[in-house]
Amino acid sequence: MLWNSLVLAVRAIRRNVLRSFLTILGVVIGVSAVIVMVTLGDGATQSIKDQISSLGSNLLVVRPGQRLGPGRDEAGAPNFKVEDAEAIASQVRAVAAVAPTTRANVTVVYQSQNWSTNVTGSTNAFFVTDNWRLASGRMFTDAEERGGQAVCVVGETLRKELFGGGNPVGSQIRVKRFACEVVGLLRSKGQGAFGMDADDIVVMPLRTVQRRVRGSDDVTSLQVSVREGASITSAADAIKSLMRERRNIAENEDDNFTVIDTKQIADTLSGSIRVMTMLLGAVAAISLLVGGIGIMNIMLVSVTERTREIGIRLAIGALEHEVLLQFLIESVALASFGGLIGVVLANLVASVAAGAIQVPFLFNPGVNVLSFVVSGLIGVVFGYFPARRAAMLDPIEALRYE
Amino acid sequence: MSTAAAVDREPLLELRGVRKVYGSGTAAFEALRGIDLTIQEGEFVAIMGPSGSGKSTVMNILGCLDSPTSGSYLFRGVHVEQMSRRQRALLRRHYLGFVFQGFNLLARTSALENVELPLLYRGEPARARHEEARAAIASVGLSGWEGHTPSELSGGQQQRVAIARAIVSRPALLLADEPTGNLDTHRSREIMGLLSALNREKGITILLVTHEPDMAHSAQRIVHFVDGVVDSDVPNGAVH
Repeated sequence: MLWNSLVLAVRAIRRNVLRSFLTILGVVIGVSAVIVMVTLGDGATQSIKDQISSLGSNLLVVRPGQRLGPGRDEAGAPNFKVEDAEAIASQVRAVAAVAPTTRANVTVVYQSQNWSTNVTGSTNAFFVTDNWRLASGRMFTDAEERGGQAVCVVGETLRKELFGGGNPVGSQIRVKRFACEVVGLLRSKGQGAFGMDADDIVVMPLRTVQRRVRGSDDVTSLQVSVREGASITSAADAIKSLMRERRNIAENEDDNFTVIDTKQIADTLSGSIRVMTMLLGAVAAISLLVGGIGIMNIMLVSVTERTREIGIRLAIGALEHEVLLQFLIESVALASFGGLIGVVLANLVASVAAGAIQVPFLFNPGVNVLSFVVSGLIGVVFGYFPARRAAMLDPIEALRYE
Repeated sequence: MSTAAAVDREPLLELRGVRKVYGSGTAAFEALRGIDLTIQEGEFVAIMGPSGSGKSTVMNILGCLDSPTSGSYLFRGVHVEQMSRRQRALLRRHYLGFVFQGFNLLARTSALENVELPLLYRGEPARARHEEARAAIASVGLSGWEGHTPSELSGGQQQRVAIARAIVSRPALLLADEPTGNLDTHRSREIMGLLSALNREKGITILLVTHEPDMAHSAQRIVHFVDGVVDSDVPNGAVH
């Protein structure tokens, strides 16, 4: 019975291929739009998460001043000292490593090449907190750290810009007025968070930067990595109260420093991308609905056009529910076929588009299956009314219809 | 089944005082005003009459497409006028075959698929369907044309396909409503010859509606309708 209706429906669709195709185009576009939006949204979320986690695992950044971003309120907020880092490392139990860090903009020169970059002065702990691995060479020795010697570890961008892609380890580069030996090369992280180039980096021992570049013993930020499994929030709270104490901040005063939780930023960002994805997906879903209305429209035309055919079927002995089922199956078959094409098309488009906007292509089985099922449901919902109209026809009238 | 032996058997169809009124109040039109008609199994009956005489209305009622306003219609002793729409559809499916003036084949559908249609609704498996449909097409002399669509067939051929579709399910009654109305004299004679042969050889009861006396001559019995009543009901040959 069901099989027969399916046979009849397929025959009817086959009789008018072009129109059938145009009918399902709305569903094809709707389904593709939903899947492409959600897939790209997933990719973007993943990409943000990857970028942030490349900053460091469980990283807390402690900076002087209250606000983040442009117009940061640093005036009057004293910088940190190396002892602050030591205090955090020894007094906050959840902490795995603390790297006191200071930064300066410098121009580095190698032979005829020069490159303007950011030099970071820190300890070996910095490689742990900020999740850096060495591609070649070594980190700093204790003697180099203590003595503030002119050695540095460079990032991939420096290798490209100064050394033309050659091995920099062992070479001497000139920073300000002193020569500095390159002892290590960092493994590339690629594009960093917020579109910055993470590999554009030169790391020197803290003391080297303090004495030879900045000329002060300030520490501008503390990079703190929290032990795996420990609560980042409680670690941040512990650091806050410790720093308030060390900086002699009274009960009723605000903090003159900020503890930034990178994971929280990642969550916030991916949260807002998820909302965007849902909004775009909802808009796409509306186009799917419009596609359904297109199917209903054509099915109604088809019923009117095939009034005589329905009359013949009824005269031959088709039951009402058989005619209803035939037209319903026809619209469901059309819609599902559209859904199927949409799924295939969407994944092609999404994989190409993901490459173009540089986010990973993540196949989302849930949204693919859901969109396909919804396209079938649209066939049922929007096909029912025309199918019922067909089934209720009076055979005598229908046979007489010109 | 010969007509001579049919006297003491239950008739195939029986109309008793059938009336059909269209519309209501002052606009009411009485298409049939008390029809009594009995048709035995195996008969070949022609219904004649001018347009508006009620012959199409009686055809629709006998074809279980319409119900009488009053009176009763017995099909093999069963009251059709009390049946639901669904029951009448099932009765059509299992016992009736239709041939129309306008052929009424499904467009862009092969002759074979057209002929298979009644079997499809009976739920016959594909293999049996194909075989029976081919046999029916062969019996109307169209072997080799199974794959052609109606637009590729002449009028006469289309009507043959329609007849094949009507007889493929071995109906108890074949209703033919002006089957030659759209055909020239030569093709009309062929179609009538085919219907006569089906009646003679397969024992299918045939009810033919026509206004052409020439066509009615193939029938064994001719019923004349005038203004919604039976004017005359005589065996063929007694008319003239």
